[in-house]
Amino acid sequence: MLDPRAAVGYPPSTQCGATALITILYFAWLRERAGCGEERFELPAGVATVAALLDVLRGRGQGFAQAFAHPRLVRCAVNQVFAGPDTALRPGDEVAFFPPVTGG
Amino acid sequence: MASIRVTTEDFDVGAESAALLADRQGAGGLASFVGIVRSDAARPITALTLEHYPGMTERALARIAAEAQARFALLGCTIIHRTGTLRPGEQIVLVLTAAAHRAAALEACAFLIDWLKTQAPFWKKEHWPDGTESWVEARADDDAAASRWERRA
Repeated sequence: MLDPRAAVGYPPSTQCGATALITILYFAWLRERAGCGEERFELPAGVATVAALLDVLRGRGQGFAQAFAHPRLVRCAVNQVFAGPDTALRPGDEVAFFPPVTGG
Repeated sequence: MASIRVTTEDFDVGAESAALLADRQGAGGLASFVGIVRSDAARPITALTLEHYPGMTERALARIAAEAQARFALLGCTIIHRTGTLRPGEQIVLVLTAAAHRAAALEACAFLIDWLKTQAPFWKKEHWPDGTESWVEARADDDAAASRWERRA
């Protein structure tokens, strides 16, 4: 299993285009608990789906653990389209996490 | 065909209705839904703050509007959703649908607001008289209202 802490504060690589940077956005109470609205994040090796990314994010500390404590209350979009746990992630993707929507 | 706006500004239902009908030859009915910030004895909020996901919101609304155009004989529709902090009694959302006949206009209007509530990335935070705040939880009956349209796909 991956060590989730390996992702914390890991600087984006500047070598030879080998980066797997994505953008992660957080909204509503997920943003408040995570303490972050938007970040650039380097996908660790082997993290290729939304579910795998969630496992990594949960291990980043108390705020993220609280934000993602209840998977039933977390929705995800990849490149602005609703996504599921098995949705594949690629470098350059925009991944958003948010609670169930309450507009209207 | 569809006019979609996400804005902090208020809207004028009359002006929006006139604009929708201006170049819709053959319209015989216009249906509207206006969502309003509610505060009552059971839930005496002082304000509501609406957050959204810029970019995805507009895409989701365009997709919902296209779905309505495909399902109903619509001549046009308007969706306006406000964001930011709103006071009780203020308008939050407008859905306008124009069609040749009332059934299409009324059904498309209900469809749009039901789908918007479950598919468009907006979140409401309530502000209470004691200064506290809380995020509104999604309602199971909103999902039920949206799902009643699935059988008709």
